[in-house]
Amino acid sequence: MNISVRSTARLLGAGLRALLVLTVVCGVIYPLVVTGIAQAAFHDKANGSEITAEGRSVGSERLGQTYDLETKDQDGNPLPDPKFFQPRPSAAGPNTENTRHKLLVSGASNLAADSKVLLDNVERRRTDVAAFNGVSPSSVPVDALTASASGVDPDISPAYARLQAKRVAKANGLAAAKVEKLVEDHVDGRVLGFMGEERVNVLGLNVALKKLAAKG
Amino acid sequence: MSPVLSGILQLVALMGALTLAYRPLGDYMARVYGSDKHLRSEKLIYRLIGADPSAEMRWPAYLRGVLAFSAVSLLFLYLLQRLQGVLPESLSLGFTAISPDQAFNTAASFVANTNWQSYSGEQAMGHAVQTLGLAVQNFVSAAVGMAVAIALVRGFARSRTGDLGNFWADLVRGTVRILIPLSVVGALILVACGAIQNFAGIHEIGRLTGGTQQVNGGAVASQEVIKELGTNGGGYFNANSAHPFENPDAFTNLFEAFLILVIPFSLTRTFGRLVGNVKQGYAILATMGLIWLGFTALMMWTEYAHHGAALQAAGGAMEGKEQRFGVGASAIFATTTTLTSTGAVDSFHSSFTGLGGGITLLGMMLGEIAPGGVGSGLYGMLVMAIIAVFIAGLMVGRTPEYLGKKIGTREIKLAACYILITPTLVLGFTALSMALSSPPESILNTAGNSVHDSGAHGFSEVLYAFTSGANNNGSAFAGLNANTPWYNTTIGLAMLLGRFLPMVFVLALAGSLAEQKPVPETAGTLRTEKPLFAGLLVGAILIITGLTYFPALALGPMAEGLS
Repeated sequence: MNISVRSTARLLGAGLRALLVLTVVCGVIYPLVVTGIAQAAFHDKANGSEITAEGRSVGSERLGQTYDLETKDQDGNPLPDPKFFQPRPSAAGPNTENTRHKLLVSGASNLAADSKVLLDNVERRRTDVAAFNGVSPSSVPVDALTASASGVDPDISPAYARLQAKRVAKANGLAAAKVEKLVEDHVDGRVLGFMGEERVNVLGLNVALKKLAAKG
Repeated sequence: MSPVLSGILQLVALMGALTLAYRPLGDYMARVYGSDKHLRSEKLIYRLIGADPSAEMRWPAYLRGVLAFSAVSLLFLYLLQRLQGVLPESLSLGFTAISPDQAFNTAASFVANTNWQSYSGEQAMGHAVQTLGLAVQNFVSAAVGMAVAIALVRGFARSRTGDLGNFWADLVRGTVRILIPLSVVGALILVACGAIQNFAGIHEIGRLTGGTQQVNGGAVASQEVIKELGTNGGGYFNANSAHPFENPDAFTNLFEAFLILVIPFSLTRTFGRLVGNVKQGYAILATMGLIWLGFTALMMWTEYAHHGAALQAAGGAMEGKEQRFGVGASAIFATTTTLTSTGAVDSFHSSFTGLGGGITLLGMMLGEIAPGGVGSGLYGMLVMAIIAVFIAGLMVGRTPEYLGKKIGTREIKLAACYILITPTLVLGFTALSMALSSPPESILNTAGNSVHDSGAHGFSEVLYAFTSGANNNGSAFAGLNANTPWYNTTIGLAMLLGRFLPMVFVLALAGSLAEQKPVPETAGTLRTEKPLFAGLLVGAILIITGLTYFPALALGPMAEGLS
């Protein structure tokens, strides 16, 4: 009995020492080395690809953000600002734990393909997007009707960007052709020609749009 | 280019990259585990541990090493989370301690290489827990899995001895010589494409329309890469690999799928090398590859077809998917993550088509063997191979053999116990959850309040949770609110039992095989390196899984798909 207790204790001691050594190797040295090299070689990307415009930070190229008016609809939801290209619907919400921070917790709706709630959402979004942009409901593309996986999807499809161009042009007092050209300039092809989907980075497009509007 | 063609090309590119890596990585791993030389840095580590890396261990000693190391890890990770509230702000980001049941669940989850997450990373876990706790387990739990697989391979390769190698040496070598070097390179590639790597904590950046927004900073890329490479899956962010800071573009998405698959597939080469016949490795590889490819093709088909009322109304299966990936890349990632016990997601499986959700479930139910987790995939598949030669032996009335070892009563008993563990855990806990009155309240996609109204999808959510836990996958049909004492505790138990009980049987099997003397090959020996055997193995896997889970699948995804 005593011998087995002692040998178990010795074994657990070896396990603990192994864990502590490997924690130093994998949990301290490894991340510090990677951070050191990353900060030296890819400083901007390692720190979140922030974009500056008009001399101030306007957000991260990687993260979607909202472009809403101060006014709210009758349900208390903010109304989209017609002066900006709008991102995809988002299911991300405010943080519920450690609420002294004001974080947006990334995530998806997790609604099922046959969910009544999701079906209602899709139909409501179709009507809203069509009315907001003055187009026919059947022309609204799928990415405008479905919530993204991260809730901070930085991109929309070229189809959704093109659909918004006329409305954006009108709201900013710009010629439609100019804004349409701006959209085409901001279409990113598939990576290496075949990976993923074509997309338009909404923040990049809106920054360029603001510049264009300022020039008149 | 049509989206379907782009999806197919991505699949071809991924297979090409895996093929290129197969030989060099597989041979390298065989040298790592086969060598009797120790690096100078390793010698220092062994001195600190106080272990003799050259001492051979029989299976009980090897198992005791595995269990002691894992038990200490479990306790350490639990305490780290419980003490988060008293850590300095720079380490905790001001986050409070994790509740006891959630801390147990998370500790079990990461030690068991599952990475089921009932918390959401960015609002609960600070630098200390993420980097000193979770990321470390991402390395070492993977190294433990590889060590056990190598011990089983040694059982086949060695004769008239009970010795299976040294656990501490296998653990340290897997970490230092395989996982860390690959991770450093992989992390830098991710950062170069836009994944973040800093210690900025929660900080404010601007917004275009004025004002500011708070964003998280952290050691994300370094954790992301080992999360995939070690088939772990626990994301830094709640959205996991769908978050642009973890997975910034379509290239990193495919690269991460590559990282998930590269070690499990290449280990079949290591296996072939160590047993002295690489063709035996090819047969196992062919079996794994065939299942993975079949599942992926089926997944792409169903996701492009987007059945389901809401997806039909939207005109595509883009709910819970990112624009930069699209449907094809998300389908590839989904089958890759569920067939490998990884559980990282770049899109949310709960919003997949009914059939697509069923494929992710079935992928896990196969027992994570195609190609499975690092190490666990190989030993799981070798156990299935033993079952397959046994079935073949019954058909022709010969004592079955595999790799020159007799598969007798003792071996078959151990293999049978192995394959019964996870179904027992999955079906038992699911039935218990559905039978009790309060746990079903966690189901999201309910039409009413009671479990009887929640429909097929609600049942699928619970079944998915326990399948994911017991098979050490960790992905979620995240519709289920699993952060309740009931689910935290039962899923935590399912993960621990689903990880370590099978290891007991695998190591006992390894010991039993290593003691045997080899039987000479004769004209009547089943040629296990031939395509016929790979076909038999695929059949055995599908039939055993199908018979085990068909009733449960009929109640969930199949009912949903047919309605």
